[in-house]
Amino acid sequence: MSDLLEARAVSRSFGGLQVTCDVNFKLAAGDRVALIGPNGAGKTTLVNLITGDIAPSEGQFFMGGDEITDISIPDRVRRGLVRTFQTTRLFANLTVADNVALAIMQRKRITRRFFSSATELPEVRAEWSEILSHLGLDRLAYRKVIELAYGQQRLIELAIGLALRPKVLLLDEPAAGVPHDEAPKILEAINRLPADIAVLMIEHDMDLVFKFARRVLVLAAGRLIFEGSPDDVTADHEVRRAYLGSYADARRAT
Amino acid sequence: MSEIVVTRVPHKRSIPFGQEAAGALSIIALGAIGYFLYPDDLAFLTRLIGIAFLVLSLDLVTGYCGVATLGHAAQFGVGAYAAGIACVRGIADPVALLAVGVFAGTIMGLISGALITRFRGLPQLVLSIAVGQLVAALANKLSWLTGGSDGLSGITPGKVFGIFNFDMYSRTAFLFSLGVLVIVFVLLQRFVRSPFGLMCRGIKDDDLRARMIGVSIYPRLVLMYGVAGAVAGVGGALTAISTGVVGLDSVSFERSAEVLVMLVLGGAGHLWGALAGTIIFMIFEHIVAAANPFHWMTLVGLLLILIVIFAPRGLIEPVLALFARLKRKGSAA
Ligand SMILES: Nc1ncnc2c1ncn2[C@@H]1O[C@H](COP(=O)(O)OP(=O)(O)OP(=O)(O)O)[C@@H](O)[C@H]1O
Ligand SMILES: [Mg+2]
Repeated sequence: MSDLLEARAVSRSFGGLQVTCDVNFKLAAGDRVALIGPNGAGKTTLVNLITGDIAPSEGQFFMGGDEITDISIPDRVRRGLVRTFQTTRLFANLTVADNVALAIMQRKRITRRFFSSATELPEVRAEWSEILSHLGLDRLAYRKVIELAYGQQRLIELAIGLALRPKVLLLDEPAAGVPHDEAPKILEAINRLPADIAVLMIEHDMDLVFKFARRVLVLAAGRLIFEGSPDDVTADHEVRRAYLGSYADARRAT
Repeated sequence: MSEIVVTRVPHKRSIPFGQEAAGALSIIALGAIGYFLYPDDLAFLTRLIGIAFLVLSLDLVTGYCGVATLGHAAQFGVGAYAAGIACVRGIADPVALLAVGVFAGTIMGLISGALITRFRGLPQLVLSIAVGQLVAALANKLSWLTGGSDGLSGITPGKVFGIFNFDMYSRTAFLFSLGVLVIVFVLLQRFVRSPFGLMCRGIKDDDLRARMIGVSIYPRLVLMYGVAGAVAGVGGALTAISTGVVGLDSVSFERSAEVLVMLVLGGAGHLWGALAGTIIFMIFEHIVAAANPFHWMTLVGLLLILIVIFAPRGLIEPVLALFARLKRKGSAA
């Protein structure tokens, strides 16, 4: 079976700044991969490259063996490549329900209907109301996104991602800004996803990384410097120097 | 894994077709006020309805899609000229002329949309002005067809449904226009709440987010422009039919700018905002221009400044907020 997603020798620079250097990796069905690295390492940039938000200076991306480097953002989404944003990008003036409903309707190809009331379509409603209640957002369904707290908005990012039923899901720090007692809902939602999709999560919170990931990629200064199991990561010398430092020591101490 | 309790979100309470019925009845009520209390002003009120279509049309692209345009009169003017020319050349049936206007407006909308929505921000605005000016220049240059600067006259439509003659008091014209407005408004109310309409509002909010859920934005905006063109075409055709003339003013830059002012005044992104803006602006202009023909623009400017300060998102916003508060109180009680 071919990989769901592959990056082959991808590089990108802004002006003189090399932000992504010769990155190679593969995501296979069932993968749960964490992408970690210090601030400014180029993690978000890598997601932007994968989704087509920015074009690589060099290198290629493949999905299921087909090259996707030059196809448009919406075409990639239609192939099942879905992301969430680190800084939320939502339909701010629409309700929470509408935000999720739009994703569902787009997936179901019914956004070209002109005269039916959108959010209350029964088949759409059932789905968004389930997604929202899983994330504890059901009571906010008819509130405008712009009126909500930042942590709640973060969860809507995830809700939209789930609504698109991805084959490859890229989560850019889904837990950042989410209140501590809400954060477990994120992992629960990910655990409910079909086993055969690939999930890549950028995350700084190492506890979350250990609970989620079976494989860890470490990015530093645009290069993938390590790939391995979560346990190997904390042991690896270079990773500790580049990033983990205190965390690994703290873990060892306990 | 522990069992998950899924609490269902309660349905939004709403009466089927309630909004549409309320919309239709409100417009009919407003029309009745005009018809019975101001029988001498029906020609003016008919013109107002014609412009209302253009403001509604502008609302579709600006209020619902976030497209910046100062050339929207082109859609209206092309509809007006098409209906006028068709009438001069022998089509007399008003409904058929309306169809001609809608068709021409749609084509013009699709062409404008295809050009204008390729760009964003200032280039988009400039392009919209250029398209508007191009149409205005063509209307002027093709005088054998359009009457040029003299305007297109001699438009004498037949009876509505073969029964009602256009009378000199504009009664037929007014009622015909009002009837068409009710139909178009109700259709638009459903349209803006449809999946397509909702997606347009999403695109307005954040087009990158829209693309990231798999939406191809450009074809949608062009399509929306086509719909807007159809609505503007209705207004143009109605104005041509009811006034019997089509002048260069119907495609002018001033017209485009004026309807944008009306939309902002009423509240972009709400159909009622478009209507309210048109009604308030045109009646204000009508009264003040009669009282003081030299300074009415100053007063309009003053009015606008006040509104931008006290209701920056249009007059309809505070009204809607009030309605929402009453409704919440009602459901809490
Ligand atoms: N569009 C851009 N133009 C110029 N420089 C950019 C652009 N996007 C990112 N960069 C730069 O690339 C570097 C990597 O940024 P990126 O956002 O990918 O880091 P990150 O690993 O996601 O960091 P964080 O953990 O803070 O989210 C930064 O130095 C940033 O300034
Ligand atoms: Mg980042």
